[in-house]
Formats: sequence, C-alpha cells, structure tokens
Amino acid sequence: MLIKKPAAIRPTEITDQALYLKRREFIKAAAVAAAGLVIPGVFATPRQAGAAIPNIRKSIYSTAEEMTMLKDITNYNNFYEFGTDKYSPAQFAGKMKTRPWTVRVEGEIKRPKVYDIEELFKIAPLEERIYRMRCVEGWSMVIPWVGFQLSELIKRSEPTANAKYVEFTTLKDSTQMPGQRSSVLDWPYIEGLRMDEAMHPLTILAVGLYGDILPNQNGAPMRLVVPWKYGFKGAKSIVRIRFVENQPVSAWTKAASQEYGFYSNVNPNVDHPRWSQAKERRIGEFFKRPTLMFNGYADQAAQLYAGMDLRKYF
Amino acid sequence: MPRRDFAFPTFMSFAQPTPQQVQTLKAVLFSACLIPLARLVWRGFNHDLGANPIEVITHSTGDWTLIMLLITLSVTPLRRILEWPWLLKLRRMFGLYAFFYVCLHFLTYVWLDQFFDIFDIAKDVLKRPFITVGFTCFVLLIPLAVTSTNNMVKRLGAKRWQQLHRFVYFIAAGGVVHFWWLVKKDITEPLQYAIILALLLGLRALFYLRKTSLPRVALSQR
Repeated sequence: MLIKKPAAIRPTEITDQALYLKRREFIKAAAVAAAGLVIPGVFATPRQAGAAIPNIRKSIYSTAEEMTMLKDITNYNNFYEFGTDKYSPAQFAGKMKTRPWTVRVEGEIKRPKVYDIEELFKIAPLEERIYRMRCVEGWSMVIPWVGFQLSELIKRSEPTANAKYVEFTTLKDSTQMPGQRSSVLDWPYIEGLRMDEAMHPLTILAVGLYGDILPNQNGAPMRLVVPWKYGFKGAKSIVRIRFVENQPVSAWTKAASQEYGFYSNVNPNVDHPRWSQAKERRIGEFFKRPTLMFNGYADQAAQLYAGMDLRKYF
Repeated sequence: MPRRDFAFPTFMSFAQPTPQQVQTLKAVLFSACLIPLARLVWRGFNHDLGANPIEVITHSTGDWTLIMLLITLSVTPLRRILEWPWLLKLRRMFGLYAFFYVCLHFLTYVWLDQFFDIFDIAKDVLKRPFITVGFTCFVLLIPLAVTSTNNMVKRLGAKRWQQLHRFVYFIAAGGVVHFWWLVKKDITEPLQYAIILALLLGLRALFYLRKTSLPRVALSQR
C-alpha cells in the first residue's frame, strides 16, 4: 500500500509556470483594467476563453447537485467538428477563432440582425445555470453554465406568426475545424427546437462555464443548452439562428433518423435502438444511477409534450 | 517441400530458428502482450484514464481482444507465405491472449459497468444486438480456450480439433460486428479491423482454392 505524505507546499498553492511567465502581461492587463474602470467601455473587449465573466447572477433554475470537475467538462466532449473521439476537442479546438464572431439572426422575424458576440453578452444579465447534462451515450455531468435565456433574444427579434421552429447552425470551416474534413456528419451541424421549447425559461444560450468565458471545446463563443434533452441538441459555436415555419432536420436525424429524432427528450423508458437509456453514469461516480424523465426537469418541461406519444416523437 | 537455397543469410535464423531461439522469442512476445494491460493499470493508478475510466478500460480491453484475434489469424497466412513453419508454435499463445483480454473485457462490463446487475445484464444480452453478438462470441471462445492444450488436441483428434477451432473465423467476424454496431457514427476503427480480417480470411480462401484446383505436382514445383 502506498502511503503518501502531504508535501510542505500543496501543488495547488504553487503558481503555474505558464502563469508565472505571463506575470508581466498580468500587470499590463491589470493596468488596462484599471484604466477601463476610469474610461468605461473603452477597454471592455475583446474577451478570451477562460477569462472571468463579471456580474453573474444566480438562478433559481440551478441544481444544488455536486458539479462535475472542470477538467472533466473540458476534456471529455462530443464535438465532432474536432474529431469523433471525446478527447480530440480539447486537443484541437484551440485553433478555432472565437473573436471576432457574429451571429446571424434571421428568418420569420421582424428584426433580423447580425449580432456581434459582444452585443449578445449584453442582451440580458448573464446568469449561472447549473444544469444536469445527459448524453445520449449514457453518461451525464452537472455543469455550471453562464448564459442568458434564449427567449430574451427571441423577444427582441419579434417573430412573425409563421415562426414555428428555431434552427441553429454551427460554424462550418474545415480550416478551423479539422473534423469537418471527414464526412461523418453532413456539415454544418444543424439543430432545431419548437418555438415553445425555444421560449422555455430553462433554454439558454451559454457563453460561459464555471464563471469564465466558455472554452472552445465546449462550444465557444456561444452554444445552446436545453437541459431536458440529450446533449447533442445543444448546438455549439453558433453562427446562425433562423426562425422557420417547417421543422428543421437536425444533423443527427439526417445521419440516422431511426436513432435520433427531432425531440430527443431524455427519456429512460424509450431506449436508443442499440442501447438502454434507463441508467446513466455520472462522470466522476462509479455506480450508475437511474435516468430521470426529462432529465429530472419533468416539472418544468413535461407540459410541452402533453398528449404526445413520446415513443413516436422520440 | 525442399528449402529454397537462395534465401538471404539474415533470414536463415527466421526461416529455421533453433528451438532455443523460438523459446526466447516466445518469452519476449509473451511479455509484450502484457504491455496493454500494464499500461491500463499504470494509468489507472495515476488517475490518467480521463473523465470516464470505465469506458476507457472497456474499449481498450475490447480493442486488444480484436488485435490478438487478428494476430492469431495471421499466423497461418504468414507461415505459408514466408515459409516459416515454426510460427505455428506462437499461435496458441496469441489465441489465449485474445481469450485473456476478452475475459478482462467481459469482467469490466459485468463488474465495473453493470456491477453484477444480473437482470440488466440479461436484458442487455437479449435486447441489444451488439451485446448479443459480443456475448455469443465470448461464450464461443471458451471451448476453444479449454481445448487449447496438447492433451486436448490428442483427445479430440487433430481433425475434430481443427473443425472446432475453425469457429474462430466466426468469432473474429462477430467481434468486428460487435464493435461496428457499438459506434455511434464513425465506423473508421471497426472498418480497419474488418478490412484486415477480410484479408486474412481471403488469403485462407485463396490457399484453399489453390490446394483444390491445382494438381499436386504443380504445387510442389511452385
């Protein structure tokens, strides 16, 4: 048996060498920040992945469950744009340029607009939303997102009566996203929500994680999070939000329509054709736990599907 | 069959190694086949198996089962093409390593993944095609492992033993199908195994055709 004696200085207390080497930049940044306080707005942008987001509000929608470790959330990702294994995004997503970044909001709305990402940061007060995330593959995490309700953006866009669905499109650029050189999915990645799902208070556009700017491998600069649906519904690195009359065909539905339906609500009673959805392994835990209906958000989300056959509309 | 007299001198020891050389090589390969397991254990103790260690262990032991199966199946084609009959002496070891890794794979599933939940395991085996196939292949490998000793070859008789052990072709194919049906979308890896397996089985078909279609004289004068 190994008996480890604690070192005199805990590793967490030692300044990381990379940080140490950047100490002058830190002083400069501090000076710039101080100047920014004096002349508001001048030095407000741009923001880097990992930088702290100020003034984040708490939310009643957050769960009190133990959060998954940051290193697991940022090193175990399904983001096929950077490769199909879960360890590739952390390795390759650094190449993606998330500033400057614009998001085109268009379609059946009265106020179409190309938003700069910095504008979207200010569309509503940013909130921390600690949500469970259930992957269709049978694992789950508890993730402290930072974001704003999609409904805020929708209200500003003034949808017309024809707007029945919202379609989300991920960046398509194989020079930045090496996984797109493979035709494993039909790029760009498309996802969609019904209008009432999109307006739901739980549905957010996330721009941060653990209080900091969203890391690239988690879908920077802005991604969709719908906590009662399987993780793949959360389109990452969004460049376009389109309001449409007909139900969008998502990338996964296109790839395998008998396995990935439009709704993809977390449902322990409806199995994936090739594996059970009854249980899940929470990352960081040994024993599997039962999967909850609508990922535990039935109280808030179930009424959206009242009267629907969830086996048919999986 | 007479030996070729034009063989390169450096290949001489490979074409006709001494029993001692074969033993040494076997010992080296035996140790090498343990490296994947040692690496997993090492990474495990160093908390280096990532966010989902059980998944990593499951996939790694599964991969090595397939690799060992393919190595086992490559012994016969290699020994015939290279004319190194002694390679046969390594085949049982690789075969048993395939069985060793599949046991670890199965144990990982039963213990770490399902934690001996017999009800859920039974449901999985009956309901999920990829687990049905994988489990069937595992069960079919057991009689092959059990009858791998020299004594069992004698007891069964060479012919019946060989017939039984031809099951390994189906098992290997089933193993690849098991992997193929597991992946969500990216079939690159199972496809690689499938191509190598097709090549190894194709060579056997070729050998068989040549044996049956060519007169014996032509074969010996080749």
